[in-house]
Amino acid sequence: MERKSINFGYAIVQDRQIDFDANKHEICRAVAVAEPTLNLCISCGTCAATCSAGLFTDFSLRKVILLLKRGETEGLLKEVSKCMLCGKCQLVCPRNVSTRNLVIQISKALINGKP
Amino acid sequence: MAKHVVVIGAGPAGLETSAKLSKMGLRVTLVEKEETSGGHLKNWHTLFPGNMPGLKALESIKEGLDENVKIQTNTQVTALEAVNDYFTVSGHNGWQEKADAVVLATGFKLFDARRKEEYGYGIYENVITSSDLETLLAKGNLFSNHKNPARIGFVHCVGSRDEKVNNLHCSKLCCITAVKQAVEVKQLFPETEVFCFYMDLRMFGRHYEELYKEAQEKYNIQFIRGRLSESTEDKEGNIIVKVEDTLLGKPLRIKTDFLVLMTGMEPAAGTKSLTAMLGLKDVSDKFIRPLDEVLQPNFTDMPGVFVAGTCSGPKSVSETLADARSAALAVEAFLKE
Repeated sequence: MERKSINFGYAIVQDRQIDFDANKHEICRAVAVAEPTLNLCISCGTCAATCSAGLFTDFSLRKVILLLKRGETEGLLKEVSKCMLCGKCQLVCPRNVSTRNLVIQISKALINGKP
Repeated sequence: MAKHVVVIGAGPAGLETSAKLSKMGLRVTLVEKEETSGGHLKNWHTLFPGNMPGLKALESIKEGLDENVKIQTNTQVTALEAVNDYFTVSGHNGWQEKADAVVLATGFKLFDARRKEEYGYGIYENVITSSDLETLLAKGNLFSNHKNPARIGFVHCVGSRDEKVNNLHCSKLCCITAVKQAVEVKQLFPETEVFCFYMDLRMFGRHYEELYKEAQEKYNIQFIRGRLSESTEDKEGNIIVKVEDTLLGKPLRIKTDFLVLMTGMEPAAGTKSLTAMLGLKDVSDKFIRPLDEVLQPNFTDMPGVFVAGTCSGPKSVSETLADARSAALAVEAFLKE
């Protein structure tokens, strides 16, 4: 006789915490080599405020950069692909981050980093 | 006979005020509770933003002293009384002087990091303060028992902007000091990853923003916006840091070899006791309130009693020296009347 387990509706909830030590940081390092202005970002959000793609999607370059720096790269390629490479963010960045090339390099590193 | 001024506290403010008063032709007695003059500056390895050695700065300040300045060390002022048109200043050891004017240059003390128990200072060996780091840098044996630390964290605002320790005020120098120290650590240990945990970065002074940018660009120092909630120690003696990454809206856990607490400034015990003794006004931060913070920053509400340096609020060394010169001018103007 087949035994069926009863589903009480409980599940193990995934920890929300960023575990910096468990995350991998090679992709961020590769991007910083390809586009060193990555390090100049101060998370002011001007890029996201002016972003055309951000008007219609939840794309935020500010957030993408932070996720990259924390090693939270899962799902990041999908996120970064929302960018249309219009370059408006580059015109407004107060720290002169080369945002357009940064987006390209993040995509490249994420694709190359895949097994 | 030239008028006589007693200056209380022989840190940078007291030394500079005395030197300038002497140049104006006044006689000065500089009273210091410790054995030597120099205050906190004598224990500080280098100063931002140009990395001048603390001792070199102190030496230059002392060069201004001459035979008109008498230094009375090992003397704690216990009484200050206004008698007719002069003051009587007395010390714990029986020392006593008459003065036509008194300058309070009693300065600050560093916040005792043990009061933020959850940060682990005095509990975990690898949690140190910014002041400990300066001492280690001066001795040249930073992390001597740890050949190559993998990661160092700096915690901003320890004892500042924190009503849990009764300090609402910003100590304002810790932000730039953290950046300076982070760079110094990177220069000594280029392979070490350095993180700063901050609420706001207050890079208000000239060249500060540039130093902050250099820290990011040249030294790859990472700045994470979030205030430390607690630190714990693992069995290898590493310090586990827990902060909210407020820009991502997620809690973050990160292992560090050493954690440096940027301790803020509080009024020194001498500042507090003299404030009480004279019945001077203080404000919520317990630093002395001058007669007018904008127009008369060195006068107090007691004629003939002046303030110089950090007893009236956190100041950098350069601001302290400028304030000391301003105090000397205020004293001169008062004595001419």
